[in-house]
Amino acid sequence: MPNLKDLKNRISSVKSTRKITKAMQMVAAAKLRRAQEAAEMARPYTERFNSVMAGLAASASGEGAPKLLAGTGSDDTHLLVVMTAERGLCGGFNSNIAKLAKSHAADLLAQGKTVKIITVGKKGRDAIRRDLGDHFVGHVDLSEVKRVGYDNAQDIARDVLARFDAGEFDVATIFYAKFVNVVSQIPTAQQIIPFEVPEGTQADDSTLYDYEPSEEAILADLLPRGVATQIFAALLENGASEQGARMSAMDNATRNAGEMIDKLTIEFNRSRQAVITNELIEIISGAEAL
Amino acid sequence: MADFKFDLVSPERRLAELDATEVQIPGADGDMTAMADHAPTITTLRPGILKVVHSGGTEEFVVSGGFAEITANSVTVLAEKALPRSEATKERMDKLVEEATAAHEAAKASGQGVDEADQVRNAMVEVASHVML
Repeated sequence: MPNLKDLKNRISSVKSTRKITKAMQMVAAAKLRRAQEAAEMARPYTERFNSVMAGLAASASGEGAPKLLAGTGSDDTHLLVVMTAERGLCGGFNSNIAKLAKSHAADLLAQGKTVKIITVGKKGRDAIRRDLGDHFVGHVDLSEVKRVGYDNAQDIARDVLARFDAGEFDVATIFYAKFVNVVSQIPTAQQIIPFEVPEGTQADDSTLYDYEPSEEAILADLLPRGVATQIFAALLENGASEQGARMSAMDNATRNAGEMIDKLTIEFNRSRQAVITNELIEIISGAEAL
Repeated sequence: MADFKFDLVSPERRLAELDATEVQIPGADGDMTAMADHAPTITTLRPGILKVVHSGGTEEFVVSGGFAEITANSVTVLAEKALPRSEATKERMDKLVEEATAAHEAAKASGQGVDEADQVRNAMVEVASHVML
């Protein structure tokens, strides 16, 4: 039987753990609201952008289409942009994304393709490094960033596009977690180069547009922007997902700590009672012996 | 005068959604004014001032680029960066000019799109000085 002092210490340590997880949960809840708002704000832009792009892409495909739209003609080298959080303690969030990226990479490698990986966020890098460390070509550190802005997305997009222009890869895919609700975030892979019209986008009705300056110039201007837009949307979804995952993970942790405290308290009371009973028996048997 | 739907969105927020009678757009090839029943057009933007006339008055926005989609009954502007003229402080404008200059330098270093970046920077400088007056 553990002695009373040990039990007391354990109870107080679990209690302080519970305080910490409770605080983290509340912080995550507040951040989640902000992250969700940011994601909502960005949605109209992304939607409009995609519907314009869908219309343009439909009319511009064919001979002489830009490479960002039509691809390089081969798909030998794949670039995987794996976006995760900078911090842990958010349940399966980071490992789910990493797992999806890993299986994707394994499939590609099994088909004899070359895989290159850019990681965004420290946790993802740590999670994939052991298996796929040789394929790393870059890492984006967002730990200093308090609030992801479009600038961050543009920086990543610029990096990706520069590599594409240099012919370093043929197909680029981003990995992130789509936010459904607090308890469910779906790890998602989305191809960004060549441009694919995301599912659920309704193309504009076949209005014939005038283009200024010219269709080609607009397409050349829009395609790189589309990459940035998709990365930005993914970053925001990821931000909301991370906070959601952390919130539910911390909620569980708080509840577990509560249960543990209850259990330990019962054990503590029992042992205290046992000690008292023991002492009584000793006194009584001592008195009887007289 | 007939109204049409006007939307101004940037990646980070929606700045305006209202019924307008007239929108002046700083197109890449020159300014244009869109009114109801305009021919469907898609144009890219240069840094400039976007002016919206609606029944309640006029609003102005500073945009740093992007594109606009005009149809007979709507104008949607997808700006890269946009802010209401009233929020355009000196610091913000300086920052935008700085960014455009940096992009120009970067273009010069890579040797790609130098002319475009130069035009964008010049337009940005012009807008900044115009706004600050």
